[in-house]
Amino acid sequence: MYDFTYHRASGLRQATNLLAKHEDAKPIAGGQSLLPMMKFRLASPSNLVDLNAVEGLNGIELTSRALVIGAMARHAEVHVSPQVQQGIPALAALAGMIGDPAVRHRGTLGGSLANNDPTADYPAAALALGATIVTTKRKIPADEFFAGLFETVLEPDELITKVSFPLPKKAAYQKFRNPASRYAIVGVFVAKRPAEVRVAVTGAGASGAFRVPAFEEALQKRFHPKSLEGLSVPAEGLASDIHASAEYRAHLIGVMARRAVAAANG
Amino acid sequence: MSTSGAGTSGTGTSGTTATGIGAPVRRKEDFRFVTGNGRYTADIDRPGQVCLHFLRSTHAHARIVRIQAGHASRMPGVLAVITGQDLAADKLGPLVCGWMIHSTDGSPMKMAPHPALTVDAVRYVGEPVAAVIAQTPEQARDAAEAIIVDYEELPAVVDPAAAQGPDAPLIHAVAPNNTIFHWQLGDAAAVADAFARAASVTSIDLVNNRLVPNAIEPRGALAEWDPGSDSYTLWNTSQNPHVARLVLSAFVGVAPEHRLRVVAPDVGGGFGSKIFIYAEEVVALAAAKRVRRPVRWICDRSEAFVADAHGRDHVTHAQMAFDRDGRILGLRVKTIANLGAYMSTFSSSIPTYLYATLLSGQYAIPAIHCAVDAVYTNTVPVDAYRGAGRPEATYVIERLMEVSARRLGVDPAELRRKNFVQTFPHQTPVIMSYDCGDYAASLDKALALADYQGFGARRRESEARGRLRGIGLSAYIEACGIAPSQAVGSLGAGVGLWESAEVRVNPTGTVEVLTGSHSHGQGHETTFAQLVSDRLGIPIDTISVVHGDTDKVQFGMGTYGSRSGAVGMSAIVKALDKVEAKARKVAAHMLEASEADIVFENGAFKVAGTDRAATFGEVALNAYIAHKFSGAELEPGLKEGAFYDPVNFTFPAGCHVCEVEIDPETGRVAIERFTAVDDFGNIINPMIVEGQVHGGIAQGIGQALMEQAVYDDSGQLVTGSYNDYVMPRAVDLPPLVVDTTVTPCPGNPLGIKGCGEAGAIAAPAAVMNAVTDALGTEEVPMPANPLTVWRVLQKAGRLQAAE
Amino acid sequence: MPVVSMTVNGNPVRAEVDVRTLLVQFLRETLRLTGTHVGCDTSQCGACVVHVNGVAVKSCTMLAVQAEGAEVLTIEGVARGDALHPMQEAFRQNHGLQCGYCTPGMIMTALDIVRRKGHELDDRTIREELEGNLCRCTGYHNIVKSIAAGARAMAGDDPARQQAAE
Repeated sequence: MYDFTYHRASGLRQATNLLAKHEDAKPIAGGQSLLPMMKFRLASPSNLVDLNAVEGLNGIELTSRALVIGAMARHAEVHVSPQVQQGIPALAALAGMIGDPAVRHRGTLGGSLANNDPTADYPAAALALGATIVTTKRKIPADEFFAGLFETVLEPDELITKVSFPLPKKAAYQKFRNPASRYAIVGVFVAKRPAEVRVAVTGAGASGAFRVPAFEEALQKRFHPKSLEGLSVPAEGLASDIHASAEYRAHLIGVMARRAVAAANG
Repeated sequence: MSTSGAGTSGTGTSGTTATGIGAPVRRKEDFRFVTGNGRYTADIDRPGQVCLHFLRSTHAHARIVRIQAGHASRMPGVLAVITGQDLAADKLGPLVCGWMIHSTDGSPMKMAPHPALTVDAVRYVGEPVAAVIAQTPEQARDAAEAIIVDYEELPAVVDPAAAQGPDAPLIHAVAPNNTIFHWQLGDAAAVADAFARAASVTSIDLVNNRLVPNAIEPRGALAEWDPGSDSYTLWNTSQNPHVARLVLSAFVGVAPEHRLRVVAPDVGGGFGSKIFIYAEEVVALAAAKRVRRPVRWICDRSEAFVADAHGRDHVTHAQMAFDRDGRILGLRVKTIANLGAYMSTFSSSIPTYLYATLLSGQYAIPAIHCAVDAVYTNTVPVDAYRGAGRPEATYVIERLMEVSARRLGVDPAELRRKNFVQTFPHQTPVIMSYDCGDYAASLDKALALADYQGFGARRRESEARGRLRGIGLSAYIEACGIAPSQAVGSLGAGVGLWESAEVRVNPTGTVEVLTGSHSHGQGHETTFAQLVSDRLGIPIDTISVVHGDTDKVQFGMGTYGSRSGAVGMSAIVKALDKVEAKARKVAAHMLEASEADIVFENGAFKVAGTDRAATFGEVALNAYIAHKFSGAELEPGLKEGAFYDPVNFTFPAGCHVCEVEIDPETGRVAIERFTAVDDFGNIINPMIVEGQVHGGIAQGIGQALMEQAVYDDSGQLVTGSYNDYVMPRAVDLPPLVVDTTVTPCPGNPLGIKGCGEAGAIAAPAAVMNAVTDALGTEEVPMPANPLTVWRVLQKAGRLQAAE
Repeated sequence: MPVVSMTVNGNPVRAEVDVRTLLVQFLRETLRLTGTHVGCDTSQCGACVVHVNGVAVKSCTMLAVQAEGAEVLTIEGVARGDALHPMQEAFRQNHGLQCGYCTPGMIMTALDIVRRKGHELDDRTIREELEGNLCRCTGYHNIVKSIAAGARAMAGDDPARQQAAE
């Protein structure tokens, strides 16, 4: 990797000040995406601001209406958290499907959302659950947070502090893994919320996670796998690679959505 | 029970001790590995060592106009930048392929020059262009990025089937049409005759997918030059350090053998990829002298994808002729083998003498003809990978058998049984003489263990859940114990393929066994010690096995082709024979008896019919103190060496049965059951043999369902890391049912055949026979990954039917 | 260059490092603890797994400076003197290793599985938990067996559990 200056931030203000001060500075949370990119010399931050010693970014809290998870919560913590398992079991299950156990001990919720890898799992959950991303500057609805491949609306010196997931009535996530990388080829998160149904897809979009209005409308009428029969997502605009063509991804979105609905219905 | 005991061997030797032949002895080497005390090449730290990094081609095919390295060589920490011209100035020769193949017209294979660092052009992505030696790896990398290479891009060809075409770019001037050789084996006229008489013919087109070996330890080299003696030491990740020394000395010309020591310490898996002599080792040695410091190169994984030789990559059309009763009349095979951009060390032998000679399978086939074109393409060189030629042959013949059975409407097991070779020795039309076997025994045992009879019920149960289920067999044969030197010499080999051993008995009765074999996971430190313990009746803890160092072991041919048991251990037996004969003489003097009256049993020399005896340890001591005999009668000491040259190949064979279930909605194939019954002859350590079979099967399943090196049309390797090349994981594999049958090999003193490659040879055909059975179509390429299977289902319209 | 200090296998260590030094490089090159291996560069093979503050992590995907103040356990710290840990012994008894290169990472992962999932581990659970560890030699069959056996043996070996049972 290229050389950089390392800063171990002890507080949020110090962290955001460092990010504001140095051009090309980057925060590092779990580092499970960033460090491999740096090792391949595909990322070259001038300054690395380590958030691991920052206090107050770790809690998981369940209220009557929402599950609020600190940005530095590790995937492994989310996976086994009694609050998450009680509030949104689908989210606990999703966290247990990210990477592998060792990666889950380091990787964080905030890091995953901020990185917005088009094949990451959390963006689908954030979109489907109608999450609110709370930052050092503002509160951002998930629908407005993601801004294309590896892009979000976060400013360079803005950090996620926590994410609030409103509790759904039912939810489930189904993931079809890339056989090599084990990231999602297609991951579908369905959530039956008090006033609406949301279906969010990761892994398939050429520019990141997206919602499927046609599926949502059909499921709004009746939350049952049969409601999705005959519906499909057009292949145009979907990602295509050696593991999955756009047509195959379009097909898998239907399959995974039906299975997710079935799983959500128990 | 997922496995049943394979400890069914018996050799006629004592076999009674807990550490003798046939016992599942826990491995001696494991203590150091489970405690983190293994010593691999990357673990070695020489004083003052510096780092070597390669600048590699990003183009598949380009002329090198100019290399500007001046700035790079002045960067922080940089000691030197080396280019191909520097190596030429050092008078280092090119890398060579050591097996001469002649084309049908008698002309020798078209071997193009293969310098360690290219001079004129690059011919594949990843080809080393320049080398940087610097204090730290990051400094070396920084400098490599600063080297400016002006390329003039040329068109590339990566598909072997297109390489000979009129539009394909010429890769080497010496090889028109990119054809290295056009070779054949067998009797074309007899085959034409057979096909003319046939009642029916089965035809198939197959691609044997290109694989990347992927030993988990990446390759590495640490080279040191001693100015006082102008001699070199090379620590490297080699399966055969002596062959490496021979090639580096005699062909590349680094240094004469007596001034080049090659040490292969613990090696983390090889699977063929660590047999070969590679550019990086040459450059490390040259660099060590130039910078007068130890120079270390450790390969990154992503670098390994373009730096290690790949395997397989055949395109084949095959036809099998049957008579009215379902008996095979003839086999015709036409294969194009991709050897990549340069000929690697043993590349020419893989698609020829390790492939076509096995095309008779387990069957009595009167006429066989095989034509093989080897071609250059703009891809990484291709050479032996676990099985090497034999998986390709098994895939051809076992797919043909399954397809034929389906076409003829007969049980695939019974079609095989009808055509099995029944009497031995059996001379095939393609060189090999099978010495022994009982193919029906393996088949029957495998079918029983796999509950072949119960498959119908399981299929119905799967179908009730909307899943597709299939079963497939693979009755494979392989040729191991490579190989009789005279025979391989007549076929073009550049070396003899014997093995050496030396048994050194110390005065206290402990034993060191020096072997030319090399262990990189096979457990030789245990199995070789078992052999000695069994033979000499001494505790296994008093025996150590020494290998992998050219300064300790005089010469050896190394480990590949499942040869260490049949050839390497036979050499030890020969040396032990000599040790026993000498010890018997010493004992006769000690016990004041005639040598003819001395018997050796249970670790003691006895005078027949008396109670006079001396233990092996006492005899060893007396051999060295030499008080009981005069030097005129007997030399002191107890140390004997032997070279063993096999009289024939060995022929492990068996039957593997695979059962799969397919999710038609996603195309995902799950292996539900995998059963392997193998005949490896006598077995030294059943625990280790089972482990070898497990590993081979995993690689075979990997080839069938997951693994493939994919190039795009421009010659970029798309599967250049673990993010795109699919490695089998634990969750992808089922528990494996492994068992054996035994026909002792008559060709070597221990009756053993070899077990290292069976799984990789047998499994792909078994898996693909199961997958095609489930899908109801033969048109399924490897790897049958979800996308491929989904496309097949789309094409066949089965998806709709299943929904 | 930054100075990093941590506890490795119970021993306090302190060294000046290039900031780019990965934890695995620090362990191998600086401390000469070469039992932790590197098998890939995409955080997938798991040959480099060590425990940091009690949990399994990939030491190739963590900077040495990020382990400041941490308790690190490597394969060299698992055995008690010459006595193998029950999990190490289980790998030896069940032929859970061949070339030995992936083995340290497998054992460190196995210990972490037992910590999280307990002593009775079924085949499926173990295979899923090995998502981040590649082996090219064994076909995983005997690794799975080893981990199940080692987990059970650890139950008998664990003084806290023995006390609880009494």
